[in-house]
Amino acid sequence: MTHETPPGAHLPEHADFLWRNPEPKRTYDVVIVGGGGHGLATAHYLARNHGITNVAVLEKGWLAGGNMARNTTLIRSNYLWDESAAIYEHALKLWEGLEEDLGYPILFSQRGVLNLAHTEQDVRDSVRRVEANKLNGIDAEWLTPDEVAKICPIVNISDDIRYPVQGATYQPRAGIAKHDWVAWGFARRADEAGVDLIQDCEVTGFITDGDTVTGVRTSRGDIGCGTVALCSAGHTSTLLDMLGVRAPLQSHPLQALVSELLEPVHPTIVMSNAVHVYVSQAHKGELVMGAGVDSYNGYGQRGAFHVIERQMAAAVELFPVFARAHLLRTWGGIVDVTPDASPVVGHTPYRNLFVNSGWGTGGFKATPGIGWCLADTVANGRPHEYVAPFALDRFVSGALVDEHGAAAVAH
Amino acid sequence: MQLIECPYCGPREEVEFHYGGQAHIAYPETPSELSDEEWARYVFFRDNTKGEFAERWSHSGGCRRWFNAVRDTRTYAFHSTYRIGEKP
Ligand SMILES: Cc1cc2nc3c(=O)[nH]c(=O)nc-3n(C[C@H](O)[C@H](O)[C@H](O)COP(=O)(O)OP(=O)(O)OC[C@H]3O[C@@H](n4cnc5c(N)ncnc54)[C@H](O)[C@@H]3O)c2cc1C
Ligand SMILES: [Zn+2]
Repeated sequence: MTHETPPGAHLPEHADFLWRNPEPKRTYDVVIVGGGGHGLATAHYLARNHGITNVAVLEKGWLAGGNMARNTTLIRSNYLWDESAAIYEHALKLWEGLEEDLGYPILFSQRGVLNLAHTEQDVRDSVRRVEANKLNGIDAEWLTPDEVAKICPIVNISDDIRYPVQGATYQPRAGIAKHDWVAWGFARRADEAGVDLIQDCEVTGFITDGDTVTGVRTSRGDIGCGTVALCSAGHTSTLLDMLGVRAPLQSHPLQALVSELLEPVHPTIVMSNAVHVYVSQAHKGELVMGAGVDSYNGYGQRGAFHVIERQMAAAVELFPVFARAHLLRTWGGIVDVTPDASPVVGHTPYRNLFVNSGWGTGGFKATPGIGWCLADTVANGRPHEYVAPFALDRFVSGALVDEHGAAAVAH
Repeated sequence: MQLIECPYCGPREEVEFHYGGQAHIAYPETPSELSDEEWARYVFFRDNTKGEFAERWSHSGGCRRWFNAVRDTRTYAFHSTYRIGEKP
């Protein structure tokens, strides 16, 4: 047996200094509620692209400790509809240059994603999506089961399993990144630019004057604001409720888990919509797996065990070599989902209050893209063209962007 | 896994049940008079309460009947379950 470098030994060291912990000022040009990936990316691009630095990011817990710390980090842009493809592909292009932009390692690894098809209808939908992706300039291919096995040899392509693999779509540019490092990279650059990142600061209410929000009430006192951007993921509707604004958001637990460290066995990302599991192997060697949301509404940052059991059954059938892997840890986040499985971004009935929500189970991949577009939206007081289709009023006009089932489980 | 009290069958395991979202949403009384805005509210908009929430469940793996429940969305604990038409 050879002694190779242990998994994870190549991970870069952290920077000595990440960000300051300033006291909140009395007022800011822009107040961002929520210090997850989206809030931090928005702060970074406000400073970098628009020179707006009198900005506070208010986080009720610790920075990036919400869904940002809990997600499974899949990044891809092979969505069906033009509107989704545009924003996710914009994000993917930014991911490709992000390490350089942030001057911080984010371990973005473009190892490709296979979205498996198990039924004749799956096959038709997948081929349709590949063609739609190509028309949008997104890399996509349709692969036969043998071609799937060439890319990921541990996928069980035998005929005698319950849902045999009939083929897969493949996006080679898809990948994973180290979520904490992404957050810290954005935080560090925003802090350097002068943005105040304020942890342990819960927004508990709003101060309004007619259709204008003039300040936020927080656990650390009132803070005045020129513009407010909500980047509070699963908690957006609890904040909007305080303003009497309704959005079609429902918060659900979403769980994931990792195995013990294993030798590299899984070279890519594999997702299966029909049997509902997805798997990748993290930089250090853990198998990272997730499935769909728990069915009921919840804010508990945990879910039910039978959901995990079901996803494990699917994983072991698709990857028989996983049968003896030990489960190390499971956890849950709270994601907000909408009726058309697409985000709600843009104007609210309050002139200077912008919302960014409803990314559900798939918002990590959007992080740089939405940060860029929301910063532009806030700076110019009108929706960026990539977020315009995701306005709240689409539920009245009927111009939905229905990604349910169209682009596989949303992660 | 938690036990859910079906009002018809008694306590059963959670896997036997299906979630049906917010309870007590009445179909509009005068549908032809609704504006687009009002239809949108009826079709797409639901409360997303953090705390005690009245919602619908179906005992799909048992008696297959629908009933209502009050559950805390912070702890997931059920406070009560009751038949359609009954009060919590
Ligand atoms: C298990 C799991 C797996 C996932 N896998 C993927 C994946 O593979 N790929 C993908 O693209 N996406 C994935 N997601 C989804 C993704 O994590 C989210 O869509 C995305 O993180 C949402 O944006 P955010 O990072 O800003 O949210 P968060 O990190 O949740 O940020 C919101 C922040 O707002 C704070 N906040 C809330 N209320 C207040 C308040 N009143 N005052 C102050 N602060 C407040 C919260 O504490 C939180 O830190 C996954 C999510 C989960 C839970
Ligand atoms: Zn019953």
